[in-house]
Amino acid sequence: MNLSKRWLAEFVQVEDTDRNFAEALTLSGSKVESYEHEGAVLENIVVGHVEEIERHPDSDHLWVCKIDDGSGEIIQIITGAQNVSKGDYVPVARHKSVIASGDKITAGKLRGLESRGMLCSLSELGLTVHDFPYAIEDGIFILGDDCDKTVGTDIRTAIGYDDTIVEFEITSNRPDCLSIIGLARETAATYNAPLNLHTPEVKPGDEDVNSYLKVDIEAPDKCYRYCGAVVKNVRVAPSPRWMRERLRACGVRPINNIVDITNYVMLEYGQPMHAFDLRFLEGNHVIVRNAKAGESITTLDGEERELGTEMLVIADEKKPVAVAGVMGGEYSGIMDDTNTIVFESACFNGVAVRRAAKGLGMRTESSARFEKQLNPDDCDTCLRRALELVQLLDAGNVVNGMVDNYATPKEPVVLPFEPEWTNKFIGIDVPADEQAEILRKIGFTVEDGKITAPAFRIDIEHQADISEEIARFYGYNNIPTRELSGVAKATLTPRQRFNNLLEKTAMSCGLSETQTFSFISPKAYDKIRLPKDSERRNCVTIMNPLGEDTSVMRTTAVPSMLEVLGRNYSRKNERAALYELATVYKSNGIDKLPDENQNLILGMYGKDYNYYSLKGIVEKILSACGIAEYDVEPKKDAPAFHPGRTAMFTVDGKMIAVCGEVHPAVLENYGIGTRAYIAMIDVEYLFEKADLVRIYKALPKFPATTRDLAFVVDADMPVLKIEKAISAATGKILENIELFDVYQGAQVGENKKSVAFNLRFRSHDHTLTDDECNSAVKKAIKAAEELGATLRG
Amino acid sequence: MRQQLEEIRKNAEAALGEVSSLEELDAIRVKYLGKKGELTAVLKQMGGLSPEERPVVGQIANEVREYIQSEVDNKAAQLKSAAMDAQLLNETIDVTLPGEECEVGHRHPLSIVLDEVKEIFQGMGFDIISGPEVELDYYNFEALNIPKDHPARDTQDTFYITDNILLRTQTSPCQIRAMEERKPPLRVISPGRVYRSDAVDATHSPLFHQIEGLVVDEGITMSDLKGTLDTLAKKLYGPETKTRFRPHHFPFTEPSCEVDVSCFKCGGVGCSMCKGEGWVEILGAGMVHPKVLKNGGIDPEKYSGFAFGLGLERLVMFRFGLDDMRMLYENDVRFLEQF
Repeated sequence: MNLSKRWLAEFVQVEDTDRNFAEALTLSGSKVESYEHEGAVLENIVVGHVEEIERHPDSDHLWVCKIDDGSGEIIQIITGAQNVSKGDYVPVARHKSVIASGDKITAGKLRGLESRGMLCSLSELGLTVHDFPYAIEDGIFILGDDCDKTVGTDIRTAIGYDDTIVEFEITSNRPDCLSIIGLARETAATYNAPLNLHTPEVKPGDEDVNSYLKVDIEAPDKCYRYCGAVVKNVRVAPSPRWMRERLRACGVRPINNIVDITNYVMLEYGQPMHAFDLRFLEGNHVIVRNAKAGESITTLDGEERELGTEMLVIADEKKPVAVAGVMGGEYSGIMDDTNTIVFESACFNGVAVRRAAKGLGMRTESSARFEKQLNPDDCDTCLRRALELVQLLDAGNVVNGMVDNYATPKEPVVLPFEPEWTNKFIGIDVPADEQAEILRKIGFTVEDGKITAPAFRIDIEHQADISEEIARFYGYNNIPTRELSGVAKATLTPRQRFNNLLEKTAMSCGLSETQTFSFISPKAYDKIRLPKDSERRNCVTIMNPLGEDTSVMRTTAVPSMLEVLGRNYSRKNERAALYELATVYKSNGIDKLPDENQNLILGMYGKDYNYYSLKGIVEKILSACGIAEYDVEPKKDAPAFHPGRTAMFTVDGKMIAVCGEVHPAVLENYGIGTRAYIAMIDVEYLFEKADLVRIYKALPKFPATTRDLAFVVDADMPVLKIEKAISAATGKILENIELFDVYQGAQVGENKKSVAFNLRFRSHDHTLTDDECNSAVKKAIKAAEELGATLRG
Repeated sequence: MRQQLEEIRKNAEAALGEVSSLEELDAIRVKYLGKKGELTAVLKQMGGLSPEERPVVGQIANEVREYIQSEVDNKAAQLKSAAMDAQLLNETIDVTLPGEECEVGHRHPLSIVLDEVKEIFQGMGFDIISGPEVELDYYNFEALNIPKDHPARDTQDTFYITDNILLRTQTSPCQIRAMEERKPPLRVISPGRVYRSDAVDATHSPLFHQIEGLVVDEGITMSDLKGTLDTLAKKLYGPETKTRFRPHHFPFTEPSCEVDVSCFKCGGVGCSMCKGEGWVEILGAGMVHPKVLKNGGIDPEKYSGFAFGLGLERLVMFRFGLDDMRMLYENDVRFLEQF
């Protein structure tokens, strides 16, 4: 909402700087976005009088003007415009001036003759012919009688282009503030200044409106009130300068007196108005009804639009003439030969208007106001104001009376006056009479322990709403500040602590955290080679996505990580080592909320990384979670992974993690031109199995004995299997077994490998004897041999 | 014998003066003080002395021994220290060569600031809770006093899964869930992802993060709201930070406000960051609407409360001077490693 300060001054006088005004209104609840002065860019442009004008001796289109610019001397200006005559008053951009485009004007020579400035057109002042309808577009602006013609006067003052415009951001609960009067009321209350409201008065005319117009409301649930009046002998003409100025300042383009009056009232009162040409109103009968099936209307903008049967229309006896509260039909507009018009001032159901506007894809100034739900009580006042303006502008003859169809007048909202409740709720101590005074300033009635909200305050329904009014005029910033009292006893839940642990571990392993979108493209499942019948393809799908790329909630974070790796690769980043604690969404069917589970997804590429780098991190994470007992086995059927370089980690037979090299076809799908590694850990199961309890174990008192054993085994024998067999066979004196060498080559034979372990034996209660160690080693060898291993000499 | 002893002392002194290695020093020690050393040899002759001379000579002999021993010890210490100095000199390296890289992961900037906010609120006794991102219409709108046909419910703003299930557009549904699950006194924050139908650009994203806060207790007033959020602002941006509370409108709070902090770049004078205003908006808040309390199963006659919502991305962008929100979700390692 743009506010003209000049217009505002008609209702309330405030002496303050623009900056302070903006701050004061913002702090009392009407947020000022910005303010600007009209014509601020213009400099040194004044009213000049054309004393003489003659052709340029060396040009057939230039004119040499002698101008009195009020400076005391007559200056010479050359112009190429053809509409200037001796005696005209014109805008003169003097030497060293600035025009609307920001261009600087200086003295110069044109075809040999000096020109000490420039005569300006409207556009060079930043205006259009809408602002001065008597001016021409491509010529100098010749000042009319509605301008101050004192030479030397700043052009902005002379033509009324010096208003201050304040732009407000009005919240959706306050449609009453989408008006000059609404903002004036707030201003008056903010500054404690008197508010001078005006009661429109219509002089009596002749005839009776009822002989011209009949109104029926067939859809009272959508149209609460309809007021109509008739003006005959309409004299369509430009409206006067003061009206054009105010419209322009509020961002509305002046058209003609009748249209301008409707817009003027809308801006002044916040009530959209509409004017119909009575000629095209069949049967002189306005019927407010739902559109009929198959009906359409050609709106003022020339578009033919299909109407839905839930849309409210203003119709005559044959056809719709307007979409109620949205836009008029083509024949309803004001034309040059329009003779008799109907002014409409109505109140529609906000939701109905919003739906219709949305359904037609046309949000207008009118619909934007109606959809916030306007107040029906002022429809008649607004209509009277329009008629008053018609008489003031002599734009036609007002027919006596008004058709007012207001079946069920709105009940006023009455609340008990409870100043103590407000003081307690807000934390202030404002006496009852002061609270009452605040409320009265903004139009409330306070008497007999009751508050009656004004009809335009559609947002008031509860005591808390009253408290807000008190608080904002008391000043939010004057409310005392208090620290929360009571005992602070916040704790992290075990799961929150666990997540912290996971993330800390991942970071200490060199992985950086990522954050990716939770929605992905369903095509991502193809890109990671998920089988068509995979359960993971059953995802929560967005009905109205922004695009396919973000249309389903992910059931796996693998595509998210691959995309990040791919993006880093394509940006020539040499390496990436990343994790995300990602939420995945498992559908529970169409009518239930999905399960939202967490996955820890790890991903890396770069020349120093291989499968074992990532596996090491997975092992570190399991160990940080206190999970020592887990199985690792080759996983050959994970579709996104390399079948020979992928492992599945299981705890108690259930998968807890997958870790592997990304399948080359998948790498290609994501444009990753190098080997990459991904691990996915099921955080829900990890948390279930985690053992974070740590109990001190005494440090060993007796020495350990170590032995190295090397075996030759089949090349495809998993080392973990041998390790486990040895551990099982040697019993509890085996403190640790560690693989320290794997060798494949001629010395061990084809399809064989040599694996060497270091075994450390120790007892907690005595120094082990050689016999004990030898016996354990023997058992170890036997266990390995049972798996087909041969001890190396 | 006295002369002999004096001779030994002199010889030893001379020998020690020339010694240059620990080996030589040891040889000297053996030569003079060893079991077969010269001093021992002289002492063995003591038997031939008269009883009067014996203690006198014995004392001299002891003095000589002590003297030599202490000189040997001193010399040993000197030699060891010289040897160490030589070794250290020999081991000198170019300490300006680059250190070996030690890979540590980086926390995402969103998490860095979120951790900070969580810590601030935990310090004030707020528990951290979370709620579902795929949410029922009831919790996201209905219960928050956003009726059917409210513009916020438009499909152009909200992602719907079914007519009744949607991607939450705010973390505020956690207010209702918290009230349903807990009894007052209640102090919680609920950070999380929210979704709105905005195309991606430098300042918009269809997915972003909010931090919701809720306090419900007997006698909670707007003063408590102001105190809590003032503390937040000061902890986030420094003790000099001022806050400004502006009336605003949210359907689920009444009175509602927006909270500005004095610009942390210019201190309130006005700069490009605050668009010359001196204030930067950081959050929305208000007293919980009595209808909302009721919807959460809490008696509005007995309890009151306040709620607030912060946009995490905005805080992150302020904190790190980031001007393009997209960077947060691209996860370019060159970006991530800056934090």
